[in-house]
Amino acid sequence: MLKVLYFDNLREAIGAGAEDVELPAGVTTVGELRAALGVRHEALLTAKNLRAAVNQKMCSMDAPVADGDEIAFFPPVTGG
Amino acid sequence: MMGWMSDISVQEADFDVGAEIAALSAGDDGAGAVASFVGLVRGGDILDMTLEHYPGMTEQALQEIIGQACECWQCRSVRVIHRVGRLLPGERIVFVGVSSAHRHDAFAACEFIMDYLKTRAPFWKKETTAGGGRWVDARESDDHAADRWK
Repeated sequence: MLKVLYFDNLREAIGAGAEDVELPAGVTTVGELRAALGVRHEALLTAKNLRAAVNQKMCSMDAPVADGDEIAFFPPVTGG
Repeated sequence: MMGWMSDISVQEADFDVGAEIAALSAGDDGAGAVASFVGLVRGGDILDMTLEHYPGMTEQALQEIIGQACECWQCRSVRVIHRVGRLLPGERIVFVGVSSAHRHDAFAACEFIMDYLKTRAPFWKKETTAGGGRWVDARESDDHAADRWK
């Protein structure tokens, strides 16, 4: 099982801030997970400059994903 | 004193700038300089601003940024406070303070931490205007500001 989090306008578009997801068959990277979840959440596919984190570390779309990971998707950060 | 100390807070409450600056060098007579930065909510057409963050990752990201700063410059004490929740124009959003033996390290580390915080720490702003709510877009100029330290 994966814990998947969404922030900012992505959370609003998807209508949830978090969900538990079975690791889809054949998915080994963040980018592949994005594509697989994008079937249900179109916003993941249409988001410009989508950013991601695996286990609370910012990562690229080719970062590996494994069962038990916490994955977050979000737009570029705007703090400060 | 070897090494450096740091303290990070992500909180809804406001903070006392004078007390935070004073605390950076309290009891440390090796500190010859304290530099600080305070970020505020700009007014204009903004009625209010709501900040959200990624609890857990935020603190780790800030710790990492502080660590990088302290590898580049000799810092003695670093304090970062970032507010979340609803804020009004004129309110304080963020505080970064650095104490060091000499001013150059304090100035540079303070600016570095702010630049990296803007592009690496998982905070997001949503502004409310008379026309409704809108998420703030990231600025390319912030990426450039962080890149110039590389």
